[in-house]
Amino acid sequence: MRIPCPFCGSRDSREFVTRGDAAPTRPDSEEGMFAYVYLRDNPAGALEEWWYHAQGCRQWLRVSRNTRTHQVSGAILACKGGAA
Amino acid sequence: MRYSILNLARQAWRGHTGWGRAWRDAAPRDGYDVVIVGGGGHGLATAYYLAKVHGITNVALLERGWIGGGNAGRNTTIIRSNYALPGNEPFYEWAMQLWEGLEQELNYNAMVSQRGVLNLFHSDAQRDAYARRGNAMRLHGVDAQLLGADTVRAMAPFLDFDNARFPVQGGLLQERGGTARHDAVNWGYARAASALGVDIIQNCEVTGFLRDGAGAITGVETSRGAIRAGKVGLAVAGMSSEVAAKAGLRLPIESHVLQAFVSEGLKPLIPGVITFGAGHFYVSQSDKGGLVFGGDIDGYNSYAQRGNLPVVEDVCEGGMALMPMIGRARLLRSWGGIMDMSMDGSPIIDHTPIPGLYLNAGWCYGGFKATPASGWCFAHLLARDEAHETARAFTLDRFRTGHLIDEKGVGAQPNLH
Repeated sequence: MRIPCPFCGSRDSREFVTRGDAAPTRPDSEEGMFAYVYLRDNPAGALEEWWYHAQGCRQWLRVSRNTRTHQVSGAILACKGGAA
Repeated sequence: MRYSILNLARQAWRGHTGWGRAWRDAAPRDGYDVVIVGGGGHGLATAYYLAKVHGITNVALLERGWIGGGNAGRNTTIIRSNYALPGNEPFYEWAMQLWEGLEQELNYNAMVSQRGVLNLFHSDAQRDAYARRGNAMRLHGVDAQLLGADTVRAMAPFLDFDNARFPVQGGLLQERGGTARHDAVNWGYARAASALGVDIIQNCEVTGFLRDGAGAITGVETSRGAIRAGKVGLAVAGMSSEVAAKAGLRLPIESHVLQAFVSEGLKPLIPGVITFGAGHFYVSQSDKGGLVFGGDIDGYNSYAQRGNLPVVEDVCEGGMALMPMIGRARLLRSWGGIMDMSMDGSPIIDHTPIPGLYLNAGWCYGGFKATPASGWCFAHLLARDEAHETARAFTLDRFRTGHLIDEKGVGAQPNLH
């Protein structure tokens, strides 16, 4: 699996650490905390995820990847609008 | 036909032309008391115990592909009950006791082989942790022995004992653990359930649920038509989120890929199951002689049933660190299975908030050993609407109430369990 890092170019996935689903956003109140921490859509297909380029530019990326095929269709820097 | 020496002799006399099908390949009827979704080991065991223990025989088991074609055919066949936490240990020990009587119960050779499971430790801190786990097991009446390096050396002289980084200091042994033949387990349960009247329906994918006005589940929509059901039980680990979503449920589960490997056939070499304590690597030897081994999950969400090279490398490095001789064996095959990774590393056997829908899920990568007890407890829940005494902790709402069963203690990070 190769991830197209916007800063470093196409790199092997072993340079990255995965954080998982980018969809959950931290709620302001305690209400919704349970769903944020524990519940996942876990889709079979397109998924937006956080990956950290630990052995590269050390940037957080928002990666679009298909969980059925492992095909990575794109990545943007979290600091450039990828962050929720 | 009952499998026995006498019947074997009779069939041999007739040139083995009289053996019938092991189980009926049924077509779906309009309705059943209970419909079980998922024809893996857990679903098949559930169907069998529903019929055998609870007398509920008007049961259909629906399988999207063929029975035993998912994770039931993609595991490393290890059975053990060496857990520490009170919510887990009685359940897995019940599974172990059912394994011990399984072949007589099913009249089927499941090749249950109690060759022992040996967890190696490599530091003083790890010895303490394993001693604690062994003590917890013994307090639950389960066998556990803490072995020193000399005893382990006598059992497995080929290990790299004096490895400079990870010397083998000893191990925690469960002698009653071992392996079983996964396909035989599935077929044994299918044959026994079918003989009691359960309809096993293959190539029948659930595409949706039938609901009444109040929202309760009254059946399933399938690729072979609608089927009414008094109760519907899901045993589709790997695909739990996908199937539950059809009923509008979100689960505390992520699907991840776990790879497993088998080497070329070798002469008898590995006495039981051996696990490396410093990395993640476990190995046993099949009756055909292949070394069957595995390690960590790949770590990212996946439904692909195949993994990537970094984990192949990581597992093989673990093997080389533990037993350098493994480097001379050729890798024959590798495969991947989709794991229901739950948020605390423990399974769910419970009602759902939707009336008529029951859930058996979240087995992470420890589902095979649980097969008999999972079926026993899920059947108990379906038949009596209450949790079996060994599975009371496996509730769906424990994540909301905080009663987690986090054996590894890593929190709500499914890829670390």
